[in-house]
Amino acid sequence: MSDSKKRRPGLESVSPVVPVQTTYYVPERDVDKSPILQCINLGISFGGLKAVEDFNLTLGRTEIAGLIGPNGAGKTTIFNLLTKVYQPTHGTILLDGKDTANMSTAQVNRAGIARTFQNIRLFHNQTVADNVLIGLHNEMDYGMLGGILRLPGYWRAEKIARQRAMEYLALFHLDQHADELAGSLPYGAQRRLEIARALATNPSLLLLDEPAAGMNPSETAELMENIVKIRDTFHIAILLIEHDMSLVMNICEGIAVLNFGRLIAKGNADAIRNDPTVVEAYLGRKGAKES
Amino acid sequence: MNMKRYLKDARSDLLTYAGVIIAFIIISTLKSHGALNRSQSGLLVPICCYIVMAVSLNLTVGILGDLSLGHAGFMSVGAFSGVVTAMSLMNVIPSAPARLALAMLVGAVCAAIVGFLVGIPVLRLNGDYLAIVTLAFGEIIKELITCLIVGVDSEGLHVIFNVNGSKTANDLTLLDGGRIIIKGAQGATGTKTIATFSAGFVLIMITLVIVQNLIRSRHGRAIMAVRDNRIAADSVGIPVTKYKMMAFVTSASLAGAAGALFGLNYSNLAAAKFDFNTSILVLVFVVLGGLGNIWGSIIATVILYILPEALRGFANYRMLIYAIVLIVVMLTTNNPVLKNYIASLRSKFSKDSEKEASAS
Repeated sequence: MSDSKKRRPGLESVSPVVPVQTTYYVPERDVDKSPILQCINLGISFGGLKAVEDFNLTLGRTEIAGLIGPNGAGKTTIFNLLTKVYQPTHGTILLDGKDTANMSTAQVNRAGIARTFQNIRLFHNQTVADNVLIGLHNEMDYGMLGGILRLPGYWRAEKIARQRAMEYLALFHLDQHADELAGSLPYGAQRRLEIARALATNPSLLLLDEPAAGMNPSETAELMENIVKIRDTFHIAILLIEHDMSLVMNICEGIAVLNFGRLIAKGNADAIRNDPTVVEAYLGRKGAKES
Repeated sequence: MNMKRYLKDARSDLLTYAGVIIAFIIISTLKSHGALNRSQSGLLVPICCYIVMAVSLNLTVGILGDLSLGHAGFMSVGAFSGVVTAMSLMNVIPSAPARLALAMLVGAVCAAIVGFLVGIPVLRLNGDYLAIVTLAFGEIIKELITCLIVGVDSEGLHVIFNVNGSKTANDLTLLDGGRIIIKGAQGATGTKTIATFSAGFVLIMITLVIVQNLIRSRHGRAIMAVRDNRIAADSVGIPVTKYKMMAFVTSASLAGAAGALFGLNYSNLAAAKFDFNTSILVLVFVVLGGLGNIWGSIIATVILYILPEALRGFANYRMLIYAIVLIVVMLTTNNPVLKNYIASLRSKFSKDSEKEASAS
């Protein structure tokens, strides 16, 4: 874990996100496919209800993958399983080859999975900068006594953390709002802040739960560029849930389709678009009316 | 931009320290010139204790966001462990300030241990359930201490746990020259009062340093993150239980130190003093001072503690007036119209000062 953290390039070399193109095409050779995440027969049942069953997924180290499916298919449940909000009732999750069984949500985050939420969960009463600083919590190393007595380690760590927080905010054009309360930001900015906070925990896998929900087309286009840019600058894997098909089809190298807790299709955008089972899951069976 | 905010935080912290120091200097000058009468100067140490209580409870209720109704229980633990420490070491450590300091330290440590033990079951709960369990804890502590009979002689401490009420202080079988420290339901009797206003001031300053610096550290941010959104805090790698425990135990230990100071201010002190009403009293200070607002807790404590004493002249009506003041404060501090007015005044003021700054 500590090795993968050190591999991360210094943030000072990162330039702010600027809108350049409307669609990104990532050459196949640039994508590192060695797995960061493997789900093997993952499943959970609540009582008699099997919310997710036999979910298998392998995600490359710098891959962007999409998880789609009709409402109630179990997409967010899978995120909750990966982050251990729910403990899976069967199956295994391997993160960078390591089994995450018996880990808590906080431990999984420290092992390298960060996430955002479908309904934004920011620390509303704290400033934008503090939100990111909370994300940087585990990057600082001074103890409680060091903090209370303000030993040199406190000043050193806080200074570095504040600089880094501002760099993360600058990446998402939030640096001029650093001192405002997170709850007072407009909706789109809150979504960006949530991503910034998740990135601050230094993950190797980022889970985005409906990042484009409630955004207009131009905001969605900017978000798409940001997602690709995040992957390219931080060299991390991104798994996203999204209902906006233009976003999913444009930036995801792999797409998994879920229906009633089961994986019904996997593949690239073209394969998914033409898959009859996927079309059926979304639109119903063709000719069902006629027969 | 961010630096400005940082300086603003540092400035408000420094203002709190400065306010407390100035108040201390003024009051001790008045005291040395004999401007305070006996009953007035008798209030000084309890006020210090209640300020520490309020600030430490603010850590649990305001910063951590968990309603605790058993804060007096920790004060009680601190008070009686502090009294036992100070009384039993009377011959070993002749210097009163040193004994007082040690008593407060022991009180803090004992309360922290009890806080940790109570925290294990309590911090699994939320909201009303947590409040009810802490309330029960406060009552349990009170009853347990009522059962204690403690004495000291040349052989060391003698402790009887008097569960069915059949034992008396004579059962301690103290040697000649032994002293009874705690006498069951009568509480601590014959305590040598060594608490001083200066010690109270030092304790307030230590409390402020601990609480304010904790809030501005990564641990404090983590605690506030848990308060604001537990699930999100979990998702960014903050171990929720650990930080809840950290806030709760810190709060308990500060209450313990305040309790030790309080206990050593009275020659007779019964455990019944630290009942539910005391917990609620401190909670009232915290809520009216503003949740999470350290400076507000101090002001509210001073005003609301002095008020009933100042109204003694009105005899029968004093609790009525006290209640009216409480209601007025509640209404005004939560009144949106008044809040907006104050906010607009403040922004006008800061604009003016900015203009002056840019003009000069």
